[in-house]
Amino acid sequence: MTTYPHDDDSVVVIIGSGAGGGTLANELCQKGVPVVLLEAGARQSPATFINDEWPSFNQLAWSDTRTTSGSWRIARDFPNLPAWICKTVGGTTTHWAGASLRLQEHEFRARDTYGQIDDAELLDWPITLADLEPYYARAEDKMGVTRTNDIPGLPGNNNFKVMYAGARKLGYQHCSTGRMAINSRPRDGRAGCQQLGFCFQGCKMGAKWSTLYTEIPAAEATGKLELRAQSQVIRIEHDPRGRASAVVYADADGRLQRQRARLVAVAGNAIETPRLLLNSHSSLFPHGLGNGSGMVGRHYMRHTTGSVYAEFEEPVHFYRGTIMAGIVSDEVGHRPERGFAGGYEMETISLGLPFMAAFFNPGAWGRDFTQVMDAYTHLAGLWIVGEDMPRASNRITLDDEVEDAFGMPVAHVHYDDHPNDEAMREHAFRQGEALYQAVGARKVHRVPPYPSTHNLGTCRMSAKAADGVCNGYGQSHEVPNLFISDGSQFTTSAAENPTLTIVSLAIRQADYIAEQLRTRAV
Amino acid sequence: MGDLAFDRRRFLRGAGGLLMGTLLFTSGPVALLAPSRSWALELNTLSSEEGARLLAMIRRLYPHDRMEDAVYALTVKDLDSKASTDPGLADLLHQGLAELDRRAGGNWLEAGEAEQQAILEALQDGPFFTQVRSTAITSLYSNELAYHHFGYEGASFPKGGYLHRGFNDLTWLPNPPADASPVPFA
Ligand SMILES: Cc1cc2nc3c(=O)[nH]c(=O)nc-3n(C[C@H](O)[C@H](O)[C@H](O)COP(=O)(O)OP(=O)(O)OC[C@H]3O[C@@H](n4cnc5c(N)ncnc54)[C@H](O)[C@@H]3O)c2cc1C
Ligand code: SF4
Repeated sequence: MTTYPHDDDSVVVIIGSGAGGGTLANELCQKGVPVVLLEAGARQSPATFINDEWPSFNQLAWSDTRTTSGSWRIARDFPNLPAWICKTVGGTTTHWAGASLRLQEHEFRARDTYGQIDDAELLDWPITLADLEPYYARAEDKMGVTRTNDIPGLPGNNNFKVMYAGARKLGYQHCSTGRMAINSRPRDGRAGCQQLGFCFQGCKMGAKWSTLYTEIPAAEATGKLELRAQSQVIRIEHDPRGRASAVVYADADGRLQRQRARLVAVAGNAIETPRLLLNSHSSLFPHGLGNGSGMVGRHYMRHTTGSVYAEFEEPVHFYRGTIMAGIVSDEVGHRPERGFAGGYEMETISLGLPFMAAFFNPGAWGRDFTQVMDAYTHLAGLWIVGEDMPRASNRITLDDEVEDAFGMPVAHVHYDDHPNDEAMREHAFRQGEALYQAVGARKVHRVPPYPSTHNLGTCRMSAKAADGVCNGYGQSHEVPNLFISDGSQFTTSAAENPTLTIVSLAIRQADYIAEQLRTRAV
Repeated sequence: MGDLAFDRRRFLRGAGGLLMGTLLFTSGPVALLAPSRSWALELNTLSSEEGARLLAMIRRLYPHDRMEDAVYALTVKDLDSKASTDPGLADLLHQGLAELDRRAGGNWLEAGEAEQQAILEALQDGPFFTQVRSTAITSLYSNELAYHHFGYEGASFPKGGYLHRGFNDLTWLPNPPADASPVPFA
C-alpha cells in the first residue's frame, strides 16, 4: 500500500471518490502523478452490498443533516434529505443506474440557443461538444457503455416491454434499452448483468460501472494512489499567495489531520463541493475560497424530474431486472413550440416495495395510497429527466444554525421551480400518462421528484471570471491550483443524465492538470 | 420473520406487554411461510393494550384488508423498540394512544372505520401522528412478511438474479424488436 506523509507537498489531493474524483485519481495515477484521495465514507464492495433498499441506503447514502427551503416539493417532503447522494468509496456511482448519454451540441450553447429567459441566468459553456467528443469516446470505452465500442445493448425487461409498446403507439421513434454503463456481457474483468434489479443498491455482480471497483483499484495498482476512507475534509487552506496549500480533514477516529498539497481537486458532488469552498473562507477569501465572483453555490440545478406509474390488469413485475431498462428520446430536442426551452428524456424506473411506499406520494395515508400498493406487481413506471434553468437564487449556502459532528455549518439547499421547469414537467407528465394509456393502463399516477439524484452547477464553468467559478478545465478562476472535478462545473444542466459527462470532463481535466504540473504552471 | 414468534409456549414475557394474534388468511402468502397460525410478539415499553391500539391505528393509516395483523405488528415492535431508548417518544406514544381512546369516547378499538378515520384526520398535523406515520411508512413495507404479501420477491442475488427467473416474462404485449432490446448476452 502506498502512503504519503502528511507534510508531503508534492501530492495532488482529491476530495471525493465518486464519478469525478475517482476517475480523476485514476487518470492522474496512470500518468505517474502522486495522489491522496480523501473520501468521507467507508469502503464497501460488491460482497458487502445489500439487496434491500433501506438497509442499503443506510449503508451507502449521505444521511448527515442538510436543510432546505424554496418552492420545490422536496422542502416539504424531505426537508433534511434534499439529495440522494452516497457517502462511501465510489460515491454515488455505487447507487447510480448507469444511463450514459452524451450532451447534445446545442446544449453547450444554451444561452445562444434558447435566448434570454426571464429569471434564469443561462450561459453558454466555455467548451463545445467537439472539445469533449474525444473524451466522451474514452469515457464510454472505460465505462463499457452499451451500444458503443461494439458492445451490444442490454435485453429489455418487463418494464421496458410496456414502455416500448406505449412509445410506439404514441408514434415515438427513439425507444430502446439505451446506452448503459452496465456490462451486457463480461468485459474488463467484470461480469455481465444478471438482471438482479438492485442497481440503486450497489451492483452485487459488479456488472455496472462504479469507481469503487474499476478506477480506484486501477489507480491503486499503479502504486501512486493513497486512498484514505472515512476522511472528511472540513477546510482547504491556502498560502500567503492565495494558492491552495493543504486540506484539514477528520480521520476515521474523528481526529483532525492536515495534508499538504501541491494541487487540490474538489469532487464532493454539487452540494458538498460549494459547502467546502464556502467553509474555507479566510481573510484573503472572505466569501469562501475561489469565491471572488460570489458565484460559489449559485445556479444549483437538479434536473426537471418526476415519475409516472401506471397500473395494469395484467402483471408486470417491474422490479425484475435493470432499473433503467429503457429510454424514450423523442422529446429531448429543443422545440419551443411545446411551450418551454430545452427537452427531456423518459427512462424506465422501478422501485422495490419499501421505496415505492416512501416515494410514491410522501406524506400520504389512507386507501387512495394503499390501493396503489395493492397493485404493486401490476405497476410499470418511467422517470422524467429534463433540463432545468440555472438561477442565481437557487443555491447552496451555509446554515448558520445547524452544525455537523465536526462543528462545521451544514449545507442549506434552496430551490424554486422555474416556470420553464413547471411547463416541461407538465408536458412530460402528460406524455408519460398518454404512453401508458395507449397500452391500456387502468390508472396512471404522477409521482413528485425524489430527493435529487442529479446535483449540478454550483461552481459553474464560464468564459468570464465574473460569471462563474472555474474555466473550461474546471480550474478555479482565482486559485490556479484549485480544481472543481464533479458535476458542480456544469454551466447548464442539459437534459441527459450527467455522469458520462462528469467522467469525460475528469479525463480531460487530468490531461490538463498533468500538463500544468509538467510545465510547472502550478 | 424478525421478532415474531410462532410458538407461544416458548414465549418469555418482558417488562412490557404482549401482542398476540392468529393468522386469518390460511392460504395467504404469509400463512404459507409461517410454521403455525398463532403468533406473538413481545413489547418492551408499551402495554398489551397500547400495542393493540397502536396496531389498529397503523392499520387505519395503511389499510390493506387482506394483510395479516402479524405484518402490522412488526411496525408496532419497531416503535416500541425506539421508545425503549427514547423516553420522549415513549411519552408521546403513551399520551397519543390515550388520546385516541379519549376521542373515541372510551375505547379506540371499538370505534368504526369512519370514526377512526375522522379522529386520525383531526390529529394528522400533530407530533404523535407524524411520528407513527413516518416510522410506519418505512417499516411496514420493509420486511419479509410484507414482501410476501405484496408479491415483491426481495433479495435476488442469492437466487442468481432474474435473468432466468422472469425478468422478461411478460406476454400480454408484443416483444420489442431485437435492435431495441437484444437477446441476453448477445
Ligand atoms: C439512485 C441514483 C441513480 C442514478 N442514476 C444515474 C444514471 O443512470 N445516469 C447518470 O448519469 N447518473 C445517475 N445518477 C447520478 C450519479 O450518481 C452522479 O451524477 C454522480 O455519481 C456524481 O458524481 P460526483 O463525482 O459529482 O459525486 P459522487 O459520485 O456523489 O461522489 C462524491 C463523493 O465525495 C465524498 N465527499 C463529499 N464531501 C466530502 C468531503 N468534505 N470530504 C471527503 N469526501 C467528501 C462523498 O462521500 C462521495 O463519496 C444517479 C444517482 C442516484 C442516487
Ligand atoms: S440489474 Fe444488472 S446492473 Fe443492476 S444490479 Fe443487477 S446485475 Fe447489476
